[in-house]
Amino acid sequence: MPAKLILSMDGLVLKEIALTKERTTIGRKPHNDIQIDNLAVSGEHAVIVTILNDSFLEDLGSTNGTLVNGQPIKKHFLQNNDVVELGKYKLKYVSDQTSKAAAPQDFEKTMVLRPGAMPKPEAPKPATSQAVPTMSASQPTPTAAAGSPAPAVSQPVRPAASPAAPQAAPPTSASQPMSASQPLAAGGRVAAIQILSGASAGKEMELTKALTTLGKPGVQVAVITKRPQGYFITHVEGANFPILNGKVLDAQAHPLNDHDILELAGVKMEFFYKT
Amino acid sequence: MNLSQALEIASCSDPGIVRAHNEDSIAADGARGLVVLADGMGGYNAGEVASGMATTVITTELQHLLEETPPYRIEPASGRPWAERLLREQIAKANTSIFQAAQSQPQYSGMGTTLVAAVFYDNKVSIAHIGDSRAYRLRGEQFEQLTRDHSLLQEQLDSGMITPEQAKFSQNKNLVTRALGIDPTVEPEIHCHEVKPEDIYLLCSDGLNDMVSDEDIGMTLQTLRANLRLAAQQLVQMANDNGGRDNVSVILVRVLKDYAAPAGWLARLFSWLK
Repeated sequence: MPAKLILSMDGLVLKEIALTKERTTIGRKPHNDIQIDNLAVSGEHAVIVTILNDSFLEDLGSTNGTLVNGQPIKKHFLQNNDVVELGKYKLKYVSDQTSKAAAPQDFEKTMVLRPGAMPKPEAPKPATSQAVPTMSASQPTPTAAAGSPAPAVSQPVRPAASPAAPQAAPPTSASQPMSASQPLAAGGRVAAIQILSGASAGKEMELTKALTTLGKPGVQVAVITKRPQGYFITHVEGANFPILNGKVLDAQAHPLNDHDILELAGVKMEFFYKT
Repeated sequence: MNLSQALEIASCSDPGIVRAHNEDSIAADGARGLVVLADGMGGYNAGEVASGMATTVITTELQHLLEETPPYRIEPASGRPWAERLLREQIAKANTSIFQAAQSQPQYSGMGTTLVAAVFYDNKVSIAHIGDSRAYRLRGEQFEQLTRDHSLLQEQLDSGMITPEQAKFSQNKNLVTRALGIDPTVEPEIHCHEVKPEDIYLLCSDGLNDMVSDEDIGMTLQTLRANLRLAAQQLVQMANDNGGRDNVSVILVRVLKDYAAPAGWLARLFSWLK
């Protein structure tokens, strides 16, 4: 179901408009998609550009301006329940969040937006300067979209991920990078290493990070990785490979089991699960 | 100038957990200091075709051209190193090839690819990119993104329409504003960076940075910097452990030592004779 706008004046609902087009124009003149015949509204007042599930509102240099939730805007990324005001008229933006789940085929496939379809930010800034003004601060970016062609989203692209792909109903889904520093890994069990020989014998180290290195840089280093399936040990550098339960390992990753004995650079240590 | 003693390169490409095809394509030539990564899009196998064409055209052509003209030579007209002109020309060529194939063969219609390509020369690297494939650099403790995506999300961020917090949850991660092979011409973004020994450069497709946070990518490179091949595999594994929803490809380049271009004419002659 596409997002829609509910047009009202003085609390009276006048009509509902579904945002099915890529460009929905709003203005006083009759050629607009949403015509509001009121002198406070400019001939071509604003436009809403809709791409898949997202809509962007842009004021087309109107005389009396466009407000969103009481703030004057030049350009605005519409979110559910935003209220757009043009003079005395109000347009409530309602996007049915559940509709996003209904289009798994489109999800995450990379698509191309044709150049010039969207208003361009001025000059490319270097990647490091990420000073991003907040949304409410209306940005005086050139309104290139005003005269430019409608955004043509090209044909869908990467072959559909299997329809069974985990679908993101709430936006907090897996598409957010998971932080490996606080992994839900290893079935939630946390393991540790206890040093059994050498100067630091008795020392214990919890394996809470995604990667923990052991050994001496330049001499012999191995890494223990924490993964959803459990913990693994892999040789990183040095001529000698780690020894696991008396057996010399190869370059491959090896799973670690409770109470395994590791030997690295002459130091023995025990791997065990804390809980 | 042969850079195989100055650069160590490791790469890894994987279809991920969810997708059946790997539409990413990677190529590397250590001796000429050239690495290319492309992330294709298009129905059926068209994505693979597009990314494969991009890496093949750019690598094979550049391999010849880098032999003919030293990439560090300054082009008089622009004042920029020759490498940038070579990159620009070969990207244009790849763009034309993909565009024409897409126009002439219905099964390839609409195919395209993102691209990130780097040429190392004279203690520098020139990096060209189109779309949302990225280049990062680890220098000492500092891990930093060198490219800026040509994507709707990045434009929204730049214009202040959304905050970085909102960006994390955006539904728009997959919309790129530039790609190779979609239009008759394309403008790559090319930047030149100074290179220091022990730098590690990472080129990756969005399958990595969408699944693994920059922080964790940086930490992995730091932890495993002694073993580049393992670091590449580990990054791919982390993307897959976090869901592996897209193809994931990484190329790692470690700078082993200084590789300044021969300075005087005698040195140049000598290196040319070598």
